[in-house]
Amino acid sequence: MIIQALAFYVFAFVAVAAGVMVIASRNPVHSVLFLILAFFNSAALFVLLGAEFLAMILVVVYVGAVAVLFLFVVMMLDINFAALRQGFLQYLPIGALIGIVLLAELVFVFASWTFSPDVAAVIAAPTPAAAQVSNTHALGRLIYTHYVYLFQAAGLILLVAMVGAIVLTLRHREGVRRQSIARQVARRREDSIEVVKVPSGSGI
Amino acid sequence: MDELLREYLPILIFLVIATGIAVLMVVASYLVAKQRPDSEKLSAYECGFEAFDDARSRFDVRFYLVAILFIIFDLEVAFLFPWAVAFGDIGVFGFCSMVIFLAVLTVGFIYEWRKGALEWE
Amino acid sequence: MAEFFDIYVVPTAWIVGGVLLIVVPVLLSVAYLTLAERKVIGWMQLRKGPNVVGPFGLLQPIADGLKLFFKETIIPSGANRVIFLLAPVVTFVLSLVAWAVIPFGAGIVLADVNVGILYLFAISSLGVYGIIMAGWASNSKYAFLGALRSAAQMVSYEVSIGFVIITVLLAVGSLNLSKIVLAQAGGMHHWFGFSMLMPMFAVFFISALAETNRAPFDLPEAEAELVSGYNVEYSAMTFAMFFLGEYANMILMSGMTAILFLGGWLPPLEFAPFTWVPGPVWFALKIAFVLFVFLWVRATFPRYRYDQLMRLGWKVFLPLSLLWVVLTAGWLLAFDMVPPAGGL
Repeated sequence: MIIQALAFYVFAFVAVAAGVMVIASRNPVHSVLFLILAFFNSAALFVLLGAEFLAMILVVVYVGAVAVLFLFVVMMLDINFAALRQGFLQYLPIGALIGIVLLAELVFVFASWTFSPDVAAVIAAPTPAAAQVSNTHALGRLIYTHYVYLFQAAGLILLVAMVGAIVLTLRHREGVRRQSIARQVARRREDSIEVVKVPSGSGI
Repeated sequence: MDELLREYLPILIFLVIATGIAVLMVVASYLVAKQRPDSEKLSAYECGFEAFDDARSRFDVRFYLVAILFIIFDLEVAFLFPWAVAFGDIGVFGFCSMVIFLAVLTVGFIYEWRKGALEWE
Repeated sequence: MAEFFDIYVVPTAWIVGGVLLIVVPVLLSVAYLTLAERKVIGWMQLRKGPNVVGPFGLLQPIADGLKLFFKETIIPSGANRVIFLLAPVVTFVLSLVAWAVIPFGAGIVLADVNVGILYLFAISSLGVYGIIMAGWASNSKYAFLGALRSAAQMVSYEVSIGFVIITVLLAVGSLNLSKIVLAQAGGMHHWFGFSMLMPMFAVFFISALAETNRAPFDLPEAEAELVSGYNVEYSAMTFAMFFLGEYANMILMSGMTAILFLGGWLPPLEFAPFTWVPGPVWFALKIAFVLFVFLWVRATFPRYRYDQLMRLGWKVFLPLSLLWVVLTAGWLLAFDMVPPAGGL
């Protein structure tokens, strides 16, 4: 039990510290790496809660895919970050204003937050104890049947993301030779070579 | 709950030991081997030329596209894991709901195929 | 005090012992895999391979290791020092940590987690970091290009690996690796590699080649164009770490192939002489066989071109494995063979 508590405080502290470093470090690549560290510690916190499936998915999706994209963008975009920092003071008031508005909204939300008295009735499908059913299994029972509309909505959002990514980034370069395997295979000897009898002394 | 955590403790200890071994190996080699750096030795390798410019440059936007498509398909796989585990419980209805989900994404896949987003040159 | 000793120190000591019992054999296998690779390719090309250091060249890996250990550690002047040194450590640690959940025999597993296969999938999706970090931190054009290619390649094949794993999970009903193996009990014809998942076995193996950057998909290190790619600037132990990590990953991928498709530690036939051999031996034999195929492929096939590689990943494997997920599920449902959810 003590180990569990100790582990919680270590992971929580590192997660928060890494989060601070994400915005505090000078080099944006370091920022992304600290972000990854924060993700890892959050995954460890999920494990401590018994949510092992969520922990692994957090690592697979956020660290294994999303952060790779971040790293790609930050590493390869060749932005001069010193120049970017020049305008820091200039934008500070606007940034601070947005921050304060967000903070105020959060305060409102938390101040007016109450649990509905009939919360027990609203939870239609309670999850069984972790010891009986692994939480991957418990999720699987619910997502595809009980929450089928939300699940399909997630599919549609992914579709929009896919189409959007292509619309935004795809452009065709001209004059590039591509390989068409079907054409290569369909090629016959008759249309590519010709045997000519050449009478000696007179070319073709 | 405790049972579950007990299975994860070895992974944590494994992580610590593996990192320890890695750091120890690099540091020990650094201390034992003779270090005599000079500016030629420390310059980036470019077939004997002086490096022309900074190596970190912009590159083809296609690499970003691949990364974005990967995220989307990775999420799709993430949705499939609980489905495969609970398949025995959710039966025909679960199967149909997943087929619709995959069909929607196949539409996107066909779109990107037709658009030539999967072509490389 | 004695209580503290019993509750904390003794179990921790057991775990540490277990970790070392995994790490040391894995590192030794890595060392001898490099020798085996040179020997096997040597024989396939009618050469002898290393045969000078020790009997049959058996001390060659040790000599190589010592040589690398006593070399100078060079950190290029344009490099980002911290990330440059972090990259090989990341590669090495990831390739070792994955072994924590591998079941070597019935009940012989360090961490028997519920989500074993997902853990392996997560670790293998992180492998790309060591390479991107190395390529960027080196600040060298070759390293940068190699890293870029490698990252896009690993990411592309990761997707089909995910779908292939799903097809296996459909037939098991659990993410636990031991349960995946036990679902294949009853002799060779029950192994998933020889059932209707056979095409997925092939897809998985080929994707594993791409995922570990092995020939014929070794574009990131294409010697002729990229002078070995993302690790050009590395020397001494930092280079050795990449090397060890890469080979440990190969062994890990072979282990995953054995667990998912070749029945893990189970004997091929369930009667007398075969059942006498202990499980870990069968597991090691299967890994060795898959590794041999890795080497055989390297000696046989020419390197893929980059557009062909991407085409194979996105236009062949991805649709095929996606289709197979639906087919497998439909098949299991139609013939009422769906395993009980949560495994057997």
